[in-house]
Amino acid sequence: MSAHAASRPVRKDWRGRAARASLVGVALLYVLVLIVAPLAGIVYYGLRSGLGAIGDTFSQTDVVHAFYLTFVIMLIAVAVTTVFGIVVAFVLARDRFPGKSLVSALVNLPLAVSPVVVGLMAVLLFGRGGWFEPFFSAEGIQIMFALPSMVIVTIFISIPFVIREVVPLLEELGMEEEQAAWTLGASRLQTFFRITLPNIRWGLFYGMALSAARSIGEVGAVLVVSGLLQGKTETATLYILRAFDQYQPERGYIVALTLAAFSIVLLMAIEFFKRRSTKAMAR
Amino acid sequence: MVAAASRLSGRARSNPGASGRWFLRGTAFLYLGLFVLLPVAVILQRGYGDGLTNLRDALDTFGAWNAIRLTVVMALVTAIVNGVFGTLLAYVLVRIDFPGREIVSAVVDLPFAVPTLVAGVMLVALYGPSSVVGGWFEEHGFKIIFAPPGILLALLFVTLPLVVRSVQPVLSELDREEEEAANTLGAGGWTTFRKIVLPALRPAIVAGSLLVFARSLGEFGAIVFVSGNIPNKTLTAPVFIQQLLSPSSYGATNGPEQAAAIAAVLFGFAFVVVLITEKLISGRLERTQ
Repeated sequence: MSAHAASRPVRKDWRGRAARASLVGVALLYVLVLIVAPLAGIVYYGLRSGLGAIGDTFSQTDVVHAFYLTFVIMLIAVAVTTVFGIVVAFVLARDRFPGKSLVSALVNLPLAVSPVVVGLMAVLLFGRGGWFEPFFSAEGIQIMFALPSMVIVTIFISIPFVIREVVPLLEELGMEEEQAAWTLGASRLQTFFRITLPNIRWGLFYGMALSAARSIGEVGAVLVVSGLLQGKTETATLYILRAFDQYQPERGYIVALTLAAFSIVLLMAIEFFKRRSTKAMAR
Repeated sequence: MVAAASRLSGRARSNPGASGRWFLRGTAFLYLGLFVLLPVAVILQRGYGDGLTNLRDALDTFGAWNAIRLTVVMALVTAIVNGVFGTLLAYVLVRIDFPGREIVSAVVDLPFAVPTLVAGVMLVALYGPSSVVGGWFEEHGFKIIFAPPGILLALLFVTLPLVVRSVQPVLSELDREEEEAANTLGAGGWTTFRKIVLPALRPAIVAGSLLVFARSLGEFGAIVFVSGNIPNKTLTAPVFIQQLLSPSSYGATNGPEQAAAIAAVLFGFAFVVVLITEKLISGRLERTQ
């Protein structure tokens, strides 16, 4: 390679370098216009109104409750999709049964469904005239316009992330180490926590972080099922929608900037886990 | 200890036992059945329980056809534009060494982390009519926000990582000998790319673009804020479905049933696209193994 490069005429090399530089330039320009500049825009509008406005926004009980609700929903959704996601990943990676490709298609289905349709599904199941509505209203359990429906739609949306990260890791890992532990008398749970989990942990964390990001940012599905009760079923994203609707853009920008800042922290975690996971795979 | 030893000597322990396998299977099926299969079943039953009445009613609603057309056209344009620029970004990130490459790679992932609604807020902050940039464009007769260009920007933003992340691994595993051979034989950079690199990347580019298309059909959070939702002009199908469900039309008519009928068609379509993509990706994996 280097021999060829050296024998190549200087002018051609110069042209190649110019071509590469312009490719980089176009790519950077695209990222700048599409992502970096809008990010700068929201930082500007979020901070423009000053510290007083920021303090004022975060002293609103509605705002505090909105963030609290967002985090509660995120925690439950990530916990459920992690535990059951690992089980599904095990079944998909290790088990053999007829119709397995159908199951794996089901796992990917939430990626294709619009969040609004996810909310619609909950309305059709639990709302007026829904399949389960008679049962739950007889029991006096509130599903729609309350936390349960918001958690259910968020779980639906976050289902694929952990599974999609863990399945290839389990397939790559194989079963030799596990079988060794098993032969030496370790129980199933011991084998899982001592052998399997440490091997898949970075990929698992990566999937969990993606799940968390998706849960925090969800708006379409929770908008449909929440009933928009201020201070009750209003998440951070729904608060942003209301702030702009009620001509309080400063507060909307400040809450949006806070979510953006949080997602950037999450992104750094995602990048870290991804790097660790690919390193562990390469080993 | 003795018990364990006797168990070991009695029968070789098979991993994991039949009961454990059925427990895992049962849990997995129950979880996916309750959370995925059941919601899909309810959409079909409630939407098409009365035949095609609900679908017809939904399509007769003011602005329905234009919402569908706008959504499909926008998704197509997004898939093409991000197909091209996603491939370019992947090429630049894998093949060209430049300062700040790691940062650019992280920025490309940003749309995975940023809430879609916040993405919409960002675009309004920069390109909205009251901002410096958006104001300048408006003065020169080019409306971005509350118009189709804003919808396009929002879709391009949220789907940017999909093509890049689909093409990148294929490109970094590509054997460079063929390219070097072409180069030595006198082919220029562009010819080498077109004749050697592009054919190898094609399945990954197509798979990524199909994902972009499917995702764009359903996008709500990023669009609801930038589009202005004007019927027959900037109203997209997901926002249209949400409006069928909003309190004003809720209860008065069969809003949820109509929404179900129209959603089943649109997102059945998106699901088929995702399945094709999965096939393309797994086919590629089998070939490389």
